[in-house]
Amino acid sequence: MTGALADGLFWVMAAGAVITGWRVFRTDSMVRAAYWLMASFVAVAVILILLAAEFLGLVLVLMMAGEMTIMAVFMVMFMMNPAGLNPMTMVHQHRTAIAAGVIAFVGLAGVGAFARFPSAPPPAATHVTADVGHELLGGSMFIFETAGVTLLATMIGSLAVASRRGRFGPADEGSVEPGPPAAAPAAVPESEHAGHAGMERPDGMVP
Amino acid sequence: MTLQTLLALAAALFGIGVYGALSQQSIVMIMMGLELMLNGAILAAVSFWARTAGGAPQGQLLAIVVMTVMAVEAAAGFALLVNVYRIRRADITEKLKTLRG
Repeated sequence: MTGALADGLFWVMAAGAVITGWRVFRTDSMVRAAYWLMASFVAVAVILILLAAEFLGLVLVLMMAGEMTIMAVFMVMFMMNPAGLNPMTMVHQHRTAIAAGVIAFVGLAGVGAFARFPSAPPPAATHVTADVGHELLGGSMFIFETAGVTLLATMIGSLAVASRRGRFGPADEGSVEPGPPAAAPAAVPESEHAGHAGMERPDGMVP
Repeated sequence: MTLQTLLALAAALFGIGVYGALSQQSIVMIMMGLELMLNGAILAAVSFWARTAGGAPQGQLLAIVVMTVMAVEAAAGFALLVNVYRIRRADITEKLKTLRG
């Protein structure tokens, strides 16, 4: 792709990524918010492809398409207003959040603008995707395997957390550890309780 | 597409994500803010690879690690959301004040 065309596409996608990312928190419909976020990811993926990281760009699109669809389904499941039929601003500490966002942007962009980085673009003859594949299954296989094991542990942990059947009974009721039943105060009749006020219980506790 | 503009774009995405994660009440919207922050992180990592690494493929592995973090964050977040909604009927953070000091 020629330089001018790539530059123009970059600026369109950069503006698109920021605007769609901003729209995520400004739309009334939460399902639309999920797809605005998807649009932001697609714009970033196009920029990654322009930077010659084709593999990462396409993986980002594939991964986020699935994740945002799941997110939209969760929105419909859990949210009171998934379709955006009512205007909605569900925010708290709005000014603090805006200030924190602006400070994060200025700080990080300032580092990017004023720090001195080496300039070493990849040589023109680099086979990027093939190199990444050889690296993933070669010298950096340990990183790849670590990511895989992390995802496996996450799957097991997520299922354990989300399961209705808890270890000590149904998860809806909260888990209670098995053991000797706690002394039930309700078992003592009120009249008897009043007559022996101050007397110690068998377990040593003052009632 | 200089490194400075790429990093400024990544910082903008990160800043919007910080705003969303701090300001939204809905738990899923907070997760969207986190995803947007990680989106900026991926862009910054690949920008550094494309402009300063001289074509070394190891630079892209950081982006793959960040993608793993995104998947872990989404899975753990949705699992916690399901559990919290089942026990407390809470879908926004304002309903979870048990541990508030």
